[in-house]
Amino acid sequence: MVAVNEVEASSLVVRDVKKSFPAPDDPHSRRQVLDGISFSLAAGELVSLIGPSGCGKSTLLRLIAGLDSADSGNLLIGSNPITAPNAERGLVFQDPNLFPWLTVRRNIQAGLVARGVLREKKNEVDEFIRLVGLEVFANVYPHHLSGGMAQRAALARALINHPKILLLDEPLGALDAFTRMRMQDEVLRLWQARLTTMLLVTHDIDEAIYMSDRIMIMSARPGRIERTIAVDLARPRQRDSADFLRLRSDILNYLHFAGKS
Amino acid sequence: MEAQEDLVPTAVVEPPSVLRWRTILAVPVAAALALALHLLIAKRELPLETHSYRLFFIEIIGVSIVLALLRRFSPALRRWMASMWPIFTAAIVIVCVWDVITLGLRLLPLPYFPGPSAVLRSLINDRALLLDSTWHSLGLLLSGYTLGVIAGLISGICIGWSSPIRYWGMPILKVVGPVPATAWIPLALVLSPSAIVSSAALIALAVWFPVTMLTSSGISNTRASYLDVARTLGAGRWYLIFRVAIPAALPNIFIGLFMGLGASFLTLVVAESVGVKSGLGWYVSWAQGWAEYGKVFAALIIMAAFFSTIMTILFKARDRVLVWQKGVIKW
Repeated sequence: MVAVNEVEASSLVVRDVKKSFPAPDDPHSRRQVLDGISFSLAAGELVSLIGPSGCGKSTLLRLIAGLDSADSGNLLIGSNPITAPNAERGLVFQDPNLFPWLTVRRNIQAGLVARGVLREKKNEVDEFIRLVGLEVFANVYPHHLSGGMAQRAALARALINHPKILLLDEPLGALDAFTRMRMQDEVLRLWQARLTTMLLVTHDIDEAIYMSDRIMIMSARPGRIERTIAVDLARPRQRDSADFLRLRSDILNYLHFAGKS
Repeated sequence: MEAQEDLVPTAVVEPPSVLRWRTILAVPVAAALALALHLLIAKRELPLETHSYRLFFIEIIGVSIVLALLRRFSPALRRWMASMWPIFTAAIVIVCVWDVITLGLRLLPLPYFPGPSAVLRSLINDRALLLDSTWHSLGLLLSGYTLGVIAGLISGICIGWSSPIRYWGMPILKVVGPVPATAWIPLALVLSPSAIVSSAALIALAVWFPVTMLTSSGISNTRASYLDVARTLGAGRWYLIFRVAIPAALPNIFIGLFMGLGASFLTLVVAESVGVKSGLGWYVSWAQGWAEYGKVFAALIIMAAFFSTIMTILFKARDRVLVWQKGVIKW
């Protein structure tokens, strides 16, 4: 159970959430994708969600974003239930999904236009373009951008609304290893600069350890949170420190991926 | 809204302006040959009959020589000549072959296949009526096309966006749409007192179907993730429709506009030749009635130029609107 004072300090509370979809092979039965998910995020926390493919990580993120609704259970921001998508919950996908018909600048200001506040907040657009280092590319169309730059633009587009919580659905999954590590630092920098609560879905154990305050490990079919691990390593973290590697082998062992020793 | 900001700073790569001597000379030489052949063939004809044709080729020779001299001063001119001169040469050769077949060897039956000199004479002699006909055709075409595009965009967006409208609208579209607009002519002429009004409505109908079809499929195939992203950015319904779905559907919409334009040309010409008493379609059937095939061909040439100009304008509009697609897909 979530205590009352914990609710107040949390930016997101997920309580016993269940979600099923029609089974693809048999339209009469339903497949339980999420089976009683409960957790909460403190304001300003960065938490990772790892687990095998098909364990319902993305479904959970869509529920929190308000793009789908849960079969049962509660999803709360502060004390308000989540009913529909809202600018206070930003979402960044693996594909940057920049609108190809808008320049980088216009993509980044899309949230301001959508909420009808562009006029008042026009000056923030440059600030966010600077924040992600895309000044030179502000007026080009997205197909001129590399994968990393496009994802930075997508992050700026999500952050310009000052979301209470930023949901990241494998945002770095499509990038090469080097760009990926650079972008991890970039996301951490944005997190520290904006003090945004972040929920990061990832496949990458190293990424989860390197970035997050806590790691939630999910199991598949039905999706449950099996274990939550606090990452008590000082920041900035060393990818090759003994504590880092110990935590890594703990998680690998837990997931039975450590291999024969 | 700050259109200046949206200019793409991509460098325009100019093709090398290689302009060979043989390219420069091809046009005046071809024109001179065509003229010489014509003079040889047309000795039997009255000089007045072929006067403007000869003048035409003399002008081509003159202008091409002047341009050959001016090319040093303008790289743009050199590029244009390098790309266009082979085409112009081919056109002159084709006209020359036409001249030889008709006037020279008399291989094709008269009066149905007049030579180019007779067509040019008709074009010049009847220019006032041809211009007036073109003007009337343009008016009818534009009013019908505009009406059809507006109706098509509205119904396409509604059908593409809303499932109830799709449920009721799609069957109508599927049953009415494939019937060629020209098939309604007998009914349309009865229904409306004015042939012009009914023709405009028929053109609009012909345009409406492809525009609706392509617009609705473009809207309903908008990538779901674009809509999801927009919703998490705080977008309401209007933003989703006008700032996401419609821009995403624009490539499709333009295909519909092109198909509609083709359909509108067809409907225009048919409507003008059966009901409306003006325009290029009317002119063709009127000239045919008098067996003045020189005028028929003259009107066909004007029609080709007229329709291809309008098509080019639409292409230019698309290039401008869909500039963001450059580099994404090959046109």
